[in-house]
Amino acid sequence: MSVALSVSVRGIGLLGPGLADWSGGQPLLREPSSWVFRPTVLTAPARLPPAERRRAGDVVKLSIAVADQACTEAGADTQHLATVFTASSGDAANCNALCEALATPQRAISPTRFTNSVHNAVAGYWHIATTSRAPSTSLCAHDGSFGAGLLEAMAQCVSARRPVLLVAADAPYPEPLHSVRPLSAAFGVALLLDVGPDDAPMLTLRSDETEAPASDCGDAALDALRLGVPAARSLPLLRALAGRAPASLRIEGLKGFTVEVRHHA
Amino acid sequence: MKPLAVTDHTLASALGVGRAATLAALRDGRSGLARKTFETAALDTWIGEVEGVDAQALPPALADFDCRNNRLAWLGLQADGFAASVARARARFGPRRIGVFLGTSTSGILQTELAYRRRDPATGALPADFRYAQTHNTYSVVDFTRRVLDLEGPSCAVSTACSSSAKVFGHAARLIELGVIDAAVVGGVDSLCLTTLYGFNSLELLSDDICRPWDAQRHGLSLGEAAAFALLERDADTPQAWLRGVGESSDGFHMSSPHPQGAGAAEAMQAALAQAGVAPGEIDYLNLHGTATPNNDSAEDLAVCTVFGDRLPCSSTKGATGHTLGAAGGVEAAIAMLALQHGLMPGGLNRRTPDAALRSRYLDANVEARLRLVASNSFGFGGSNACLVFGAAA
Repeated sequence: MSVALSVSVRGIGLLGPGLADWSGGQPLLREPSSWVFRPTVLTAPARLPPAERRRAGDVVKLSIAVADQACTEAGADTQHLATVFTASSGDAANCNALCEALATPQRAISPTRFTNSVHNAVAGYWHIATTSRAPSTSLCAHDGSFGAGLLEAMAQCVSARRPVLLVAADAPYPEPLHSVRPLSAAFGVALLLDVGPDDAPMLTLRSDETEAPASDCGDAALDALRLGVPAARSLPLLRALAGRAPASLRIEGLKGFTVEVRHHA
Repeated sequence: MKPLAVTDHTLASALGVGRAATLAALRDGRSGLARKTFETAALDTWIGEVEGVDAQALPPALADFDCRNNRLAWLGLQADGFAASVARARARFGPRRIGVFLGTSTSGILQTELAYRRRDPATGALPADFRYAQTHNTYSVVDFTRRVLDLEGPSCAVSTACSSSAKVFGHAARLIELGVIDAAVVGGVDSLCLTTLYGFNSLELLSDDICRPWDAQRHGLSLGEAAAFALLERDADTPQAWLRGVGESSDGFHMSSPHPQGAGAAEAMQAALAQAGVAPGEIDYLNLHGTATPNNDSAEDLAVCTVFGDRLPCSSTKGATGHTLGAAGGVEAAIAMLALQHGLMPGGLNRRTPDAALRSRYLDANVEARLRLVASNSFGFGGSNACLVFGAAA
């Protein structure tokens, strides 16, 4: 049985190495030869109240930066916006600090560190900042986290017929976890999905029975970034959205599905 | 939503392994909590440990997944013939048409905690036998479960703290209703670890007494661990129960404290009722989140009274199981279904002095009655709320 889910993409956020935002990133994604790896520049999210801003780790900073870009582009009503956050890991530095403290005889755990250790800390911060009581979920599917989040966000959007904000973000662990889970950069992406025909690009998720591998970026350096960070598994989709041509993609974490991108004339 | 068939379910908690052991403990009003230590934790507290987790041996092909959390998952998957039920569904629909969505908060973090004690003194490196993807990563228990059950459909871990394994029912229901999949294994697995014991202790939310939900002197939770699984199918002639509604909301208020009036919690309950298409008065019993922290119980009480008034029989079963965190939603979904199947509203345990400020109709003793619709609340850090509504099979 084949099934298809279709949504429009009303806003996009991007922050990664050498990719300061979506508007600056689009030409680089269209012409990857002009893209250069430079460490991702993270800033404290102005949207958060001062106490939360101080506590924000890299994944929170990344996630809120890209979420803000996507919501601004779409003119979204953030106070009533359902959200899907997906990440391969939570706050990586926080996790390391907790494990280090638990390995000492004192085991003195900071309550703030423990609170920030939940995988849905980003969602909590975003909904506090937007005073939003809309539904939110937080997912993980290891390297397939972006694909799993895309499926869930599209499913929510279609079944509830309301806009859904998808945010995928990952930042590297410090050592010693970095050696066993090396991520090459901090990378975040947000897609503001909505139903209904308008002039925004359309995504269609279609089930099929083929075994094709995940699509690549068509550029060795950019593809290394794709494989280096779970959230960057979104890069082929972002390239298709930045381009003007229709595309049919396979995305990691969405085995058995094709993602089609269509642009309006 | 169209009612969705729950064709099998099982659980393993401090009350025992399987539905019969759980039901017997509930009928006896027996708590699985004990004043004990876990691993090397030097905390004076009560713990809901699942017996026999350490003795579980994973299949050799899945040896890399060996950790307490996956051993607990393995124990749960074997209980009540659950894995055999999934195999039947697999034969019916095919492996690609069955999703796996499990809630967990800490996954196999205990394995990482232990590895940090064995770092190389010279380099600081973790020991060579540490397996990040198979034990530490939040998805590891989902990956493990898919391999045990030989399923290939869409999958993810839902990790929204203590609402995680309630929300997975929503993930599955959406994808089945949209035709993306025909069936799903849902549930939750969370095992004891030092992060949560010391973490809740640091927040002064861990009680040194046994947890006493809805008690005037309640002062914190008791931690437990559990695995719970349910099999949802597009249709069935003789389901164990029907999933009728899933309500989800956020507090948007504070990272570790609920909204004082339970505004977000009330919205989740209302959303679940709306999805089920039932009036508040049609619910026969509500399994509360009821952690026994002062703030949770008072906020939840206000939310329950806002939505249902003060006549709905309700209780928390955390005095029996402990708070199983990311598995709590799955455990309490299983208890809600047992309540429907056996006409048993389990009385809450450990309450000595009712809190006069709490107005909901809290059950201190078991009540037997024919139940048609029951609801279960699950709320988590980050202000994540979920409510499930289940209907009787017949």
